[in-house]
Amino acid sequence: MPRPRLAVFKFASCDGCQLSLLSLEDELAALADKIDIVFFLEASSRVEPGPYDIALVEGSITTADDAQRIRQVRRDAEFLVTIGACATAGGIQALRNWADCDEFLATVYASPQYIQTLATSTPIASHVAVDFELRGCPINKQQLLEVLQSLLAGRRPRTPVHSVCLECKRRGTVCVMVAQGTPCLGPITHDGCGALCPSFDRGCYGCFGPSQQPNAASLTAQLRLLHVDTRTTIRGLRGSFNGFSPEFRSEGDRLAAEQSGDQST
Amino acid sequence: MSQRRTIRVEALTRVEGEAALHLQLRDGAVEHVRLNIYEPPRLFEAFLRGRALEDVPDITARICGICPVAYQMSSVHALEAALGIEMPEELQVLRRLLYCGEWIESHALHVHMLHAPDFLGYDSALAMAKEYPLEFQRGLEIRKYGNQLLETLGGRAIHPVNVSVGGFHRAPRRDEIEPLVPSFQRGLELAIAATRWVAGFDFPTFERPYDFVALEHPDEYAMCAGFISGSDGLHIAAADFEQTFHERQVPHSTALQGVRRDTGRTYLVGPLARLNLNRAQLAPLARRLADDVGLEHPCRNIFKSIVARSIEIVHAYEVALAVLQDYRPPKVSRVPYQRRAGEGAAATEAPRGLLYHRYRMDDEGLIAAANIVPPTSQNQSQIEDDLAQYLPSVVDSSNAEIADACERLVRSYDPCISCSAHFLKVTTVRQP
Repeated sequence: MPRPRLAVFKFASCDGCQLSLLSLEDELAALADKIDIVFFLEASSRVEPGPYDIALVEGSITTADDAQRIRQVRRDAEFLVTIGACATAGGIQALRNWADCDEFLATVYASPQYIQTLATSTPIASHVAVDFELRGCPINKQQLLEVLQSLLAGRRPRTPVHSVCLECKRRGTVCVMVAQGTPCLGPITHDGCGALCPSFDRGCYGCFGPSQQPNAASLTAQLRLLHVDTRTTIRGLRGSFNGFSPEFRSEGDRLAAEQSGDQST
Repeated sequence: MSQRRTIRVEALTRVEGEAALHLQLRDGAVEHVRLNIYEPPRLFEAFLRGRALEDVPDITARICGICPVAYQMSSVHALEAALGIEMPEELQVLRRLLYCGEWIESHALHVHMLHAPDFLGYDSALAMAKEYPLEFQRGLEIRKYGNQLLETLGGRAIHPVNVSVGGFHRAPRRDEIEPLVPSFQRGLELAIAATRWVAGFDFPTFERPYDFVALEHPDEYAMCAGFISGSDGLHIAAADFEQTFHERQVPHSTALQGVRRDTGRTYLVGPLARLNLNRAQLAPLARRLADDVGLEHPCRNIFKSIVARSIEIVHAYEVALAVLQDYRPPKVSRVPYQRRAGEGAAATEAPRGLLYHRYRMDDEGLIAAANIVPPTSQNQSQIEDDLAQYLPSVVDSSNAEIADACERLVRSYDPCISCSAHFLKVTTVRQP
């Protein structure tokens, strides 16, 4: 039986998630025996056209060319997996979605007219159908391995859907919010990192995005009781690496609207 | 009638990020050379404005998934300069340790996964692995211990969570550090063997009169701090970077290009520049190895950057091992500070070369302006200049062969294009 053909694509991103594939030091050689990596610009000069059995897509859509390119990727791919917060939620660069992008460009470039970019940074699923989303900024490489192995075995990938809180309990990490009053997005954030930040004495900053059915309003009310400035909470939600995900965005927008209402009265 | 040849490489491979190469020849003479960076800009400097200074190291890490620690280091040093924080020696040592992990991880990725296949005639490291399985596995293992160090000290290898302004969120316990010692002893041996292997590759003959620029420190092979020094006698404080170097924008690139402000000349940053300027300060085994493998001093052949990188891996292993063996947790993991208005700049040595950051913040500790100059932006015009000089020596080949030879030259720089396209100046000060 021929090996499934794998392609790796990059859009607006830092390259960290696709790099995770090369960071599977103990598994890479065995994996390459089972999967034929036929398109992976960062790792190989072998460049084969589609169709592909599996496409891993990193990065968000920020240019008109990329909005076209992702359609071709979708046509070429049997199973399309987005890897990481940029591809899944628009990434940190989605902060432009609340701002005047022309002003952003003028801030950064002396001659902004040379730069072609869209006013928004949007996740892949806003453009094409996505078969599986792998969360994280960056993704967890063991989860990437699980996705690839499950596809090889012909089953759905199994990745956790619970919140970071549950993982802290499992690790035996003392709650930083309860014990130290440290603001933490753990209660509304998807696990996948293994609850890293609390184990380093800091609050979670939400890099795996919202957990299933998060009660964000309850958390932000708790943050207020901890005397966290509302502007800080808004920055922590909308300004995070998954800030444009619907759950973080809507709570951030709600607080912002509330705040501007307060100011106008 | 004159004859014009255009050679295009639409997507460079085995480099980090997205770029194309456009070469044009007329009657065998070079008409133009363009490294066309089309990587979509992510506008970091714009959205850093209005963020709390404590958020900066987590945000700037996301500029690059291959060298996030470099971005964290340059940003915390710049912010600490603005806040007037003096870092205790034991925390500086821990930061150097973390940075060693990244030098190993990043350099080993380039040497073994991206660059070595060029010298052995393969499309990729995976293709190379069939005939060089031991060398391939050795490269992965060298990289793995660097990643393990990043995971232990930083929480994870990509976008570590433990770096903070003033130090670390939590210093590791001794029992977390100890298991790394045998790994690093083994990694050091492997890195030495790998350097000998790499130094035996066949290198194109190509020398340039580079103006090397790197940090220089009186007591060590500079990594986290020092003066900016150049092979032409340049010696300035890191904070004076912008008076000496200039970034220009060109229509064919989303990255700015660095040049010397006084002469308009290109300059070279990165492992070759560091090794040429600071070779005597390498750790003992690395220094002896550089002599043993016959690396000339100074070395002006960019294709030999792979040897320089391999020697720096050995150096990083030695420096890290010494810290790991004697590790005692620091008295405090983080120096307390008061937020205040101010401005600060710093440069550190990212794996790819000098990385300069400057921030200005208001009295609430929110960022008012940021300027980040990554190494690949600085090398970009040097790369184009090299290509223009190199092309005549390969001009008698087919278009495909010329494209391949030029791509190899670009790859020798280990350009990090994702980094280069995300910076540029913030000149406007605006409160959100």
